[in-house]
Amino acid sequence: MKKYDAVIIGAGHNGLTNAAYLAKAGLNVVVVEKNDYIGGAAVTREMHEGWFYSSCSYVCSMMRQSIHRDLDLTRHGLLLVPYMGTVAFSDDGSKAFIDYPNEEAAYNELRRHSVKDADAMARLQADLGRYAQLIRKTLLRTPPDPSSFKPRDIKELLWLGKQFWGLGERELYEYIRFFTMSAADFLDDYFENDLIKAAMAAPGIIGTALGVQSPGSAYILLHHVMGDVDGNVGAWGLARGGMGAISNALASALKAHDGEIRTGSGVEQILVKDGTAVGVALESGEEIYADIVVSNLDAKRTFTKIIDKKDLPPKIYDRASNFKIRGSSGKVNIALSGMPKFTNIPDNRYINRGGQNYTGSLETMERAYDCWKRGRWSDDPFIEAIIPSAWDPTVAPPGKHWMSTFIQYCPPKLADGPWTPEKRDAFGQTVINKIERYAPGFKDLVVHAEVRTPHEIENEIGLTEGNIFQGELTIDQLLFNRPFPGYGQYRMPLQNMYMCGSSTHPGGGVSSACGANAAREILMDLKRPNTVPEDDFYDE
Amino acid sequence: MKHYDTLVIGAGHNGLVCASYLAKAGQSVLVLEANETVGGLAATREFHPGFSAPIAHTLVGLADTIVKDLDLESHGFKAAAQALPLTAVHPSDAPIQIDGSSVTGVGADDSATYQALQAQLRRFADALAPFWESTMPRIGSTSVADLFTFGKLGLKLRMLGRDDMLEFMRVATLPMRDLADESFDNERLKAALCWDGLLGSKLAPRSPNQAVLTVLNRMAGKHGGQHSIPPNGINGLMNALRTAAEANGAEVRTSTPVQKITVEGDENGQRISGVQLANGEEIKADKVVSSADPKTTLLGLLGAPQLEIDFSNRIRRLRTDGYVAKLHLALSGKPAFQGVANPEGRLLIAPTMDTIEFAYDNAKYGEVPEEAVMEVVIPTLSQNDLAPTGSHVLSAHVMYVPGKIKGGWTDAAKQSLTDQLIAQLEAHAPGIGELVEASELLTPEDLERDYHVSGGHWHHAEPAMDQLLMMRPTYEAAQYNTPIPGLYLCGAGSHPGGDINGNPGRNAAKEMLS
Repeated sequence: MKKYDAVIIGAGHNGLTNAAYLAKAGLNVVVVEKNDYIGGAAVTREMHEGWFYSSCSYVCSMMRQSIHRDLDLTRHGLLLVPYMGTVAFSDDGSKAFIDYPNEEAAYNELRRHSVKDADAMARLQADLGRYAQLIRKTLLRTPPDPSSFKPRDIKELLWLGKQFWGLGERELYEYIRFFTMSAADFLDDYFENDLIKAAMAAPGIIGTALGVQSPGSAYILLHHVMGDVDGNVGAWGLARGGMGAISNALASALKAHDGEIRTGSGVEQILVKDGTAVGVALESGEEIYADIVVSNLDAKRTFTKIIDKKDLPPKIYDRASNFKIRGSSGKVNIALSGMPKFTNIPDNRYINRGGQNYTGSLETMERAYDCWKRGRWSDDPFIEAIIPSAWDPTVAPPGKHWMSTFIQYCPPKLADGPWTPEKRDAFGQTVINKIERYAPGFKDLVVHAEVRTPHEIENEIGLTEGNIFQGELTIDQLLFNRPFPGYGQYRMPLQNMYMCGSSTHPGGGVSSACGANAAREILMDLKRPNTVPEDDFYDE
Repeated sequence: MKHYDTLVIGAGHNGLVCASYLAKAGQSVLVLEANETVGGLAATREFHPGFSAPIAHTLVGLADTIVKDLDLESHGFKAAAQALPLTAVHPSDAPIQIDGSSVTGVGADDSATYQALQAQLRRFADALAPFWESTMPRIGSTSVADLFTFGKLGLKLRMLGRDDMLEFMRVATLPMRDLADESFDNERLKAALCWDGLLGSKLAPRSPNQAVLTVLNRMAGKHGGQHSIPPNGINGLMNALRTAAEANGAEVRTSTPVQKITVEGDENGQRISGVQLANGEEIKADKVVSSADPKTTLLGLLGAPQLEIDFSNRIRRLRTDGYVAKLHLALSGKPAFQGVANPEGRLLIAPTMDTIEFAYDNAKYGEVPEEAVMEVVIPTLSQNDLAPTGSHVLSAHVMYVPGKIKGGWTDAAKQSLTDQLIAQLEAHAPGIGELVEASELLTPEDLERDYHVSGGHWHHAEPAMDQLLMMRPTYEAAQYNTPIPGLYLCGAGSHPGGDINGNPGRNAAKEMLS
């Protein structure tokens, strides 16, 4: 029987990245994937004839440029296309705010809504840019263990301290404020116009079980704007061919280094002998042995579903059970027979090259969150949409379109009993009805709609509760607290076992950083030369 | 005209504590209080002829050091021998009772877990305790002394041991709801835990980043975070503070509102010259220390034009929205709460964490909560001078009630909320409605007006992470001095913050004397 150097559980983008780096270092690796296709939540699937949906994640910005270049992903077929402005609609549909890519146009557009806010925007962008710079530096580094006396941890802790302390007192104060306050309070310092506030607050709630008024949501906002497309910090882009293109490029890089991928191979259990992980048992009964086992599943799933409780040290099971991984979003992918026509948007301006936000006030967003707390979805949910087919002809038949809509909030458990297909469809209909308000005739264009509540996302992708970040991004679960205190360095409580998914630092988003960082730690333990980039390409 | 060393604005407990320390050190000190009585938000107020109630109805976290330093006992203060239990009542179920680290009326598991959790929180609180009593260093400072203070904090945490230290770093920012859910099954126990972390703030059980730190702060005082009522009441403490200040040589003038803080300047820059009273009188002093909140002090009394613009903006954007209303009822007899033999202590009406969360949800949109949550105390059970013999006073902190509601706080709106609250009380204490002779509801708007506190906020500024420690109220003014030479802050808007603990007043005096 063949024994591998490493087996990686789950062919999501972080699993593939991790495997690619281990393979690049000369290890004999295999990635086992439950589904018949790779990619996890970074996937493109033909779910209606001729339409190729990025069925889960839909836009790209977090992808670390240094990894993109280092693994030569462009040569492996990945092409990122930045998108232009985003259109935000006011709640009653009477106004629209277009975030133009051109600075002068953007300024004039802002002035149309509020003269004060037009000037505040420059201040906000400058501030966010600075906050992002500091966090970006930590993305490709392993967090220190603050309780450790190892030279490496002390050195890293001092490095971190120096980054913060070096900001000076005014900046440090602003940073602490920013990292702990709510998106609504943060934006109130800049803007007066509801629509502009709502447009800017959107990233603060996407994927999280917090509201715009919850302390901590300003950080989530930053988490979404610290990425870049080809060095343009804060920019967002589409992967040509859908998000699956990222996973396919990573898989191609992995294969180029002789790594193996086995789809249709769900893991039943991690095999443990005397406190050491020795391999995995597949659902088929087959056992695969390896020196190292890496889980790309979320922390809750890893420790409560695929490891026998008795193999774990005490407390870890409870820690994993308490790990906050809350489903809060849904998705509706819609095949359209033509391009919808939006009121208040002359010539569909920037609809063809950007995103749309369908929630025009902080109160509407917050009320949608209140519904989530009560175990239902809002009749007027926050929707972020994009029509990728408008500039990527490969994803829909000629003349046809597909629209990705992301909905915040959608509860994993409903107050009135379990999810049923009827409720799922009612949720989808809520979304379609809302868009119809802004684009009359939209309903008639709908050819097919694929509705995903947290229930579907969990069942298909294996993300517990359908949480897109593999765990909430709150301070108690960030940096060295991620996933659990004392386990922030990718090594897990079983010998020879690691984690490489978004449940680890630096968290969710299609960044590849978790997988890369974990690979660096594994190679260090194996005393192999490091193959993983240390710092981000564009930072210093 | 007499020239004072220091003028103290406001005779709240922090103002009086600060004045005492300064006078004790030999300074000539004059305390100026706008209202007729001392005490500020801890004052006792006659809300109906013959019926009085203290605004802050219990003590939590009063620093023992202050009681000793100012010899408050010889000035008439008596600490309660025993802390009060917290009883979470229910219209039909038996109540649960929390008394220190023990809880009764819940399952054995919850009871054991509660003890363990309290022990752990106590260890955290002990590690942090010294920092509430000392001035925080400036952030970003590279001075050896300041770095030493931070180093000491790091060491304190490290000395907790690896497990505790790591757990502290996780728990410190955890929403109270998560900590409660992780630990307990009993809904009312969970709600009670949340209540103690959230009381006075604009935060709900699901809000991250704050509530646990508030609990740890409160645990640092006498009775380890439990509330108490001194035998001669909260006014007994306020009177003792006044007597102590006067015995130390400070003068206290009530009914003397300050109009503005005066500044003079020459080629060396500006500095404080004294204050001008509402009646036009000017009083000169070397220093002015204000126990009023930072917005009132700096934007109201001093005025933004005297301040550098970034600083005045930071003060302006301090979050100071009070969310607690105060209900006072004059009762013709003793109310009987369902299942409660003796209603001494705090009675909590908050059946679940969701009830608290949903009450907050209403308030954040400027609405009155559909179902309010409240903490009820009957102060007349231990103090007999607050009501005629045989009558009683019910005092309740009600959350969440915004200072501004849609349509405004009209008399009708206040009456409607009062009726709603009495109906809620009736469910827990059948017959109480019959006993009500008079009522008073103080919204945050009322507290703002009557006690000159911005937003009517209990703690003068929201105790959120970014408005705490070396950032309270902002980094420039966190060491009690301000950018204006001679002007200091000593109120709850300064480190370590609200509740009747006296540390802001004491720390400020120490800084002014150093």
